[in-house]
Amino acid sequence: MAAESIDISNAMLTEPTALGDWMLVAPVGLPILFGAVLLMVRHETRLHAGIAIAGLLLTLGANAALLLQVLADGPKVMTMGRWLPPFGISFTADALGASLALVATLVASVCALYAMKDIGATGRRYGFYPFLMLLMAGVGGSFLTGDIFNLYVWFEVFLISSFGLLILGSTDRQLDGATKYAILNLVGTTLFLTATAYLYGTFGTLNMADIARKADAMRETGPLMTLAVLYLLAFGMKAAAFPVNFWLPASYHTPRIVTAALFGGVLTKVGVYALLRVLVMLFPVERAELSGVIAWVAAGTMVLGIMGAIAQSDIRRVLGFVVISGVGVMLAGLALGTEIGLTGTILYAFHSVLAMTALYLLAGVIKELGGSYSLHELGGLYRAYPAMGAFALVLMLAVAGLPPASGLWPKVLLVRASLEAGWPWLSFAILLTGLLTTIALGRVYILAIWRNGPSGVPADAATGAPGYGYASMALLCVPIILLGIYPEPFIRVAEAAAVGLLDASGYIGAVFPAEAVQ
Amino acid sequence: MRTLIFRTVAPYLTSLMILFSIFVLLRGHNEPGGGFIGGLIAASAFAIYGIACGVSPVRRALYFHPMAISGFGLLVSAISGWLSLAFKVPFMTGLWTKVSVLGVPVDLSTVLFFDIGVYLVVLGSITSVALALEEREHG
Amino acid sequence: MEVALSFVVSVFFAVAIYLMLSKHIIRILLGVSIFGNAVNLSIFTAGRLMREVPPIIPEALPIPEAATANPLPQALVLTAIVISFSLFAFLLVLAFRAYQELGTDDTDGMRVAEPEGEPMPPLGY
Repeated sequence: MAAESIDISNAMLTEPTALGDWMLVAPVGLPILFGAVLLMVRHETRLHAGIAIAGLLLTLGANAALLLQVLADGPKVMTMGRWLPPFGISFTADALGASLALVATLVASVCALYAMKDIGATGRRYGFYPFLMLLMAGVGGSFLTGDIFNLYVWFEVFLISSFGLLILGSTDRQLDGATKYAILNLVGTTLFLTATAYLYGTFGTLNMADIARKADAMRETGPLMTLAVLYLLAFGMKAAAFPVNFWLPASYHTPRIVTAALFGGVLTKVGVYALLRVLVMLFPVERAELSGVIAWVAAGTMVLGIMGAIAQSDIRRVLGFVVISGVGVMLAGLALGTEIGLTGTILYAFHSVLAMTALYLLAGVIKELGGSYSLHELGGLYRAYPAMGAFALVLMLAVAGLPPASGLWPKVLLVRASLEAGWPWLSFAILLTGLLTTIALGRVYILAIWRNGPSGVPADAATGAPGYGYASMALLCVPIILLGIYPEPFIRVAEAAAVGLLDASGYIGAVFPAEAVQ
Repeated sequence: MRTLIFRTVAPYLTSLMILFSIFVLLRGHNEPGGGFIGGLIAASAFAIYGIACGVSPVRRALYFHPMAISGFGLLVSAISGWLSLAFKVPFMTGLWTKVSVLGVPVDLSTVLFFDIGVYLVVLGSITSVALALEEREHG
Repeated sequence: MEVALSFVVSVFFAVAIYLMLSKHIIRILLGVSIFGNAVNLSIFTAGRLMREVPPIIPEALPIPEAATANPLPQALVLTAIVISFSLFAFLLVLAFRAYQELGTDDTDGMRVAEPEGEPMPPLGY
């Protein structure tokens, strides 16, 4: 057979793959394996939490190893099925993707712990833990893939899993919220696919490193601005940026609280990640031209989002709007596009994943102890549960961006970056958002925890402290406070991520090693 | 829908369709066909059986819960990707081997197992959706 | 050929967006489905069209003999069809359930999660 004599080294990888490279696939492959096992044993509900937490901890270890490798040696690549890029799909981890994947897996593990109590046998049989694992596979894949169509596939993977999680319980409210969430998110991802279709028609390639190196040559002839705007719209929808954010407050208060915690922490950040990846790395010139628009979108998202939070009386709906305003703060760095600005955005993404998840879990604990989510009915919790009051104070300071917790430093970086860029109004918007967040969450604190409520101390105060809730919040508070009082290592990671985005040569060189040598 | 003719024909139709779906699945090796389309054919076979004879006979015939079948398929697919670990090639690399079954050479590959996994995933998930819809309509 | 298909794509987009602007869930779903098809068709067109030359490499050659149809858009479209199919199946079930439970498929009437006329949060302590 003549085929045997063909030299395949131009198209296929011929050298053996090192074991360390598998850390790149493990954050996606492990959750899929564990999710599959969980689907098979769905009636053995007592085993679920253990299997899921074991799987997530393994994934967490793989993520941490991957991040260390990436920080030490630069971006890592694994080419699926040996087909060399741009023909094969390559998984490419740089500091941005690896660090976000690590933080996301961390909060997912904490959510799995919290769910041990929150999700009963019915919810487990319905498939909470399998959906959680598949959601994390989708999120990990989105952060680590180096192929834009593959990114779409991972978006859909976590979208489908999020549908399953969202309607867990099938109450009327959930069906209502899930309908709006599902349709609008499906439209968003279809827009993403539309943009990808035009991108493929323009570039003839889908590998992100390949696109990044060809973008300069294509700028004269190709409709890159159209592509950038389409991606801005599609990912803005996923990230819940202002004019296209209405699916979020309509749905995030309906699911089980641990689901809401995971969604509020992780899912919008995947949209922000995709915006950073596509607009900063692939279309930097177009991003610079669009920066005015993005800045207005950012300011609108953060200020209008937090004003929505002030008008709510249900804690979960307050938090939904706080998530939106956090997305606005992250978009500010995208609008600036400077190294400090992007560092601030990425650092804020770490903070927001941790703090929003913790805050939703806090809402779950408040509901468990106080019996309600409504600010009209809550009260007297501080007297009965001072420890919970302490957690609440730390988390609310974190989200409001006040010391000693995690929200301070990213905002400092972003304010500095916007002043340096000559946009004082943007820094004013960030600071105003901080003030309004303090008001919104401070009121939650005063009404739900501090005051002697209308019902006084809840009657079932004797039930004792919620162990899982406290443990989960404590686990999340450790990195939150660490980020507040010793931010240097976090800033260094975020800086490495921002530098890697602004100068894609490391990313391109990792995917196409032959050309890096030339 | 539960006419006598339909109820009599349905089991034969279902078994024929499942046979055909397996044919399509294996044919996908070298020719048009494959796990996804095969799984769809099998799922529609069970849907027809469900329309004719009700949902509980389908659940009995499947024995395993559709979602468990789906999970098993996902596991098979994932493992066929992970097998590359042992051969020092990247994730999802197609590995081939020839075995002789009764003197007939048969190509076995991770690609085939991946496809069988896809077949089971599609069969399981579409069947569970179809059964859920039918259950609601009749019950 | 590409020009003709781009007109088809534009008609699909127009129909889809018109349907999605409706208040009724079932029309929105039909719109979403057509939207997906419009995108699939545009991926297909973006990959350049070529008639009746399957991308199959003869056994003796390392590359195809003549220019063939581009196989990549076909793979992409197939993936997109599979995904949108499963999402659409899920959405249909969800919409059906929502219609049964909420008793309406009018999005204006679906106010269970966000009821109208909610009281403001307490203003004093």
